Amino acid sequence: MRIHLRVWRQAGPTAPGKIEIYTQENVSPDMSFLEMLDVVNEGLIKKGEEPIAFDSDCREGICGTCGFMINGRPHGPEPCTTVCQLHMRTFNDGDVITLEPWRAQAFPVLRDLVVDRSAFDRIIQAGGYTSVNVGGAPDGNALPISKDSAEQAFDAAQCIGCGACVATCKNASAALFTSAKIAHLAHLPQGQVERTTRVVSMVERMDAEGFGSCSNEGECEAVCPKGISLGNIATMNREYLRALLGKT
Amino acid sequence: MTLDSKVPSGPLADKWDRHRFESKLVNPANRRRHTVIVVGTGLAGGSAASSLGELGYNVLSFCIHDSARRAHSIAAQGGINAAKNYQNDGDSIQRLFYDTIKGGDYRAREANVFRLAQLSVNIIDQCVAQGVPFAREYGGQLDNRSFGGAQVSRTFYARGQTGQQLLLGAYQSMMRQVERGTVSLFTNREMLDLVVIDGRARGIICRNLITGELERYVADAVCLATGGYGTAYYLSTNAVNSNVTAAWRAHKRGALFANPCFTQIHPTCIPVSGDDQSKLTLMSESLRNDGRVWVPKNAGDKRHPKDIPDSERDYYLERKYPSFGNLVPRDVASRNAKSVCDDGRGVGESGLAVYLDFRDAIGRLGRDTIAARYGNLFEMYRKITDEDPYSEPMRMYPAIHYTMGGLWVDYNLMSNLPGLHVLGEANFSDHGANRLGASALMQGLADGYFVIPYTLAHYIASTPLPKVTTDHEAFAEAEAAVQGRISRILSVRGSRTPRELHRELGRLMWDEVGMSRNEAGLKRALARIPQLREEFWQNVSVPGEPNNLNKNLEYAGRVADYLEFAELLALDALERTESCGGHFREESQTPEGEAQRDDAQFSYAAAWEFNGVGTKPTLHKEALTFEYVKPSQRSYK
Repeated sequence: MRIHLRVWRQAGPTAPGKIEIYTQENVSPDMSFLEMLDVVNEGLIKKGEEPIAFDSDCREGICGTCGFMINGRPHGPEPCTTVCQLHMRTFNDGDVITLEPWRAQAFPVLRDLVVDRSAFDRIIQAGGYTSVNVGGAPDGNALPISKDSAEQAFDAAQCIGCGACVATCKNASAALFTSAKIAHLAHLPQGQVERTTRVVSMVERMDAEGFGSCSNEGECEAVCPKGISLGNIATMNREYLRALLGKT
Repeated sequence: MTLDSKVPSGPLADKWDRHRFESKLVNPANRRRHTVIVVGTGLAGGSAASSLGELGYNVLSFCIHDSARRAHSIAAQGGINAAKNYQNDGDSIQRLFYDTIKGGDYRAREANVFRLAQLSVNIIDQCVAQGVPFAREYGGQLDNRSFGGAQVSRTFYARGQTGQQLLLGAYQSMMRQVERGTVSLFTNREMLDLVVIDGRARGIICRNLITGELERYVADAVCLATGGYGTAYYLSTNAVNSNVTAAWRAHKRGALFANPCFTQIHPTCIPVSGDDQSKLTLMSESLRNDGRVWVPKNAGDKRHPKDIPDSERDYYLERKYPSFGNLVPRDVASRNAKSVCDDGRGVGESGLAVYLDFRDAIGRLGRDTIAARYGNLFEMYRKITDEDPYSEPMRMYPAIHYTMGGLWVDYNLMSNLPGLHVLGEANFSDHGANRLGASALMQGLADGYFVIPYTLAHYIASTPLPKVTTDHEAFAEAEAAVQGRISRILSVRGSRTPRELHRELGRLMWDEVGMSRNEAGLKRALARIPQLREEFWQNVSVPGEPNNLNKNLEYAGRVADYLEFAELLALDALERTESCGGHFREESQTPEGEAQRDDAQFSYAAAWEFNGVGTKPTLHKEALTFEYVKPSQRSYK
């Protein structure tokens, strides 16, 4: 296949950026999208030009490191797929594909397709845990947890923190990310002790980091590579209201 | 140099308790005055940083990723072992110990492995308390599954994403300490040298991967939890940024590197499909609980698997190993897959694959049950291969997955360099020559949550640690060395990319130092690696500048280290003329083609001392003695 790429190139956080055009011949349909970019970069290096900077690590869709906009959609056209798991068989010979970084005030561009997502870490830091030190935990089976609760908690907990939800949202809201962690712990008995303080603290941190408000468009759920449900945002809102009303 | 393992005396089951009691403590009020560097934020590093932070030490945590949640522990699928005996099926700490030391082909320390088995039960409790959503039974109890090398169900899991959930648990604990101010987190930092002052590890030099600046950090002790060296083979199941650099630089500063030839080849990975492939994807060992491994009985049978009747299929693992069947350990499963492919009975286009078939399990249990157990793995397989494992068998081939070797450590997880502690996959200690499935997560968390808090306290409390600052000349010397290496890489401006050179090294390692090794091949590798290294320094191409985000420069530095390290790996494989675990020497096999150990000559850990690039390292042997188990020929028949 022959693929034409329009790629956002930006030398640094404060440098101006622009779209550059590259053409790659002999793209195999069995290649992953990132392997195709590896090949493009090999060509650039051979010419003495700087390769396109993009983040990736595990290349099996679980670490959450990779991610950029492909034709305006985070991680590209396949549902529930990170860009490292997207294969070129999804595209056609001669396609023109536009690549841009996540764009959000809270995710400043560092270089080309790489952005700073440390705001996500700071949201978790604000309360996305149970405050138990090592030592003295009771036996794992001392606390029975229904299969349904464990499954619901897992469904929320599998968020990979890639940032696609923020990138696609017109408000650049981090509601899906934040709510997934709140819901994970809210579904489990271990999370109950700090239920009230956690939701308030995490929501306040999310706002302080410069993410926008959620207006329930649902685009985040549609592009989430792990299929995290919009229902988590409803859970977060309910938990938040409950906390504000002072109910325990 | 004599290697003192510092294994406490006394009965095996009491060693760790006694050692904890005999270890010195650091007063709670004094802990914040002690700075500890932890490099890496995977299961071992994340759990170490969080537990040391909880205790009140001033912890500096470093990772090469943009977030501490992304380390490659996250990709572990199948599960974590623990001797809970919740299934009432005969498990015990003693049995987990025995299975693990036998699985490692009697090349691990008894005392370390026993401690690991003891701590396994605490790990599950701690993770449940953190809110890790382990799989549950309908009655609310924790669910278990079986893994290779065991006849009991002791593996705890969270669908096919156990590593992810355990890592997020450790990450969240650590972020709680970041909020409390006990842990300072430095993301996007790559450790490029260890700073040794008066014979003790006292700091590190890092490159800030965003700005390119070199930074100095000083501490009372350094913990490396930087993972394994599987990407020496280029194609592996490791993440593309996984590397040996931090461990290798520590080795060059005097830390011994032990058993580098003990590499694990995982039997069930998606086969290689093209030249530009960047990594191999593992399919969890748990699939062998329900999937049956087979190839056609006749060489060259190219029929569609559905058209091959049972009578013409060879379920070779079930045939050769009736008591363990498809659940033999990884090294045995991998070697058998290679052997049937070498016979011309491999499947798929390349002939380098075997089938893993769920037809019978779906027939017996129904599609829904199989989907609940393995749905995400089947989906991952479909995305990569465009084939549906519900309707046709998966194609699988072994790939480099885990490395049992690593920096030498004593019972306290301290290397021969005082102050330098090594945790998780980066050390060599617990898995011998072959790691059993679901044991890596166990070791990483045991080291970080439960071992290092005690042994590090003892080191700090019993060691004079005069105050030093980053102005010390050792910091200046180390930083200048790092700076020099970076400038040298950038100044070559040749015509070959780091990836090309890495791929060439990887092919050489896979062909000559891979699943089965022989003297002639190892000697070919040892002749070729220095040439490749020379080629790198004469002809590598790294465009761009050192003072900004330059991923190709980072990568080139890691490839350069692999071009030095690979030689040690091959040399260790050459010197160990026995077969054991993941190290199969063709010259040493039983009449049935199984690995033939040579305990009389090789019952030791090989710890290598660096003598300069291209100079033969010095071998130090730590003799392995077995008081409680009797090393025997492993049998899974």
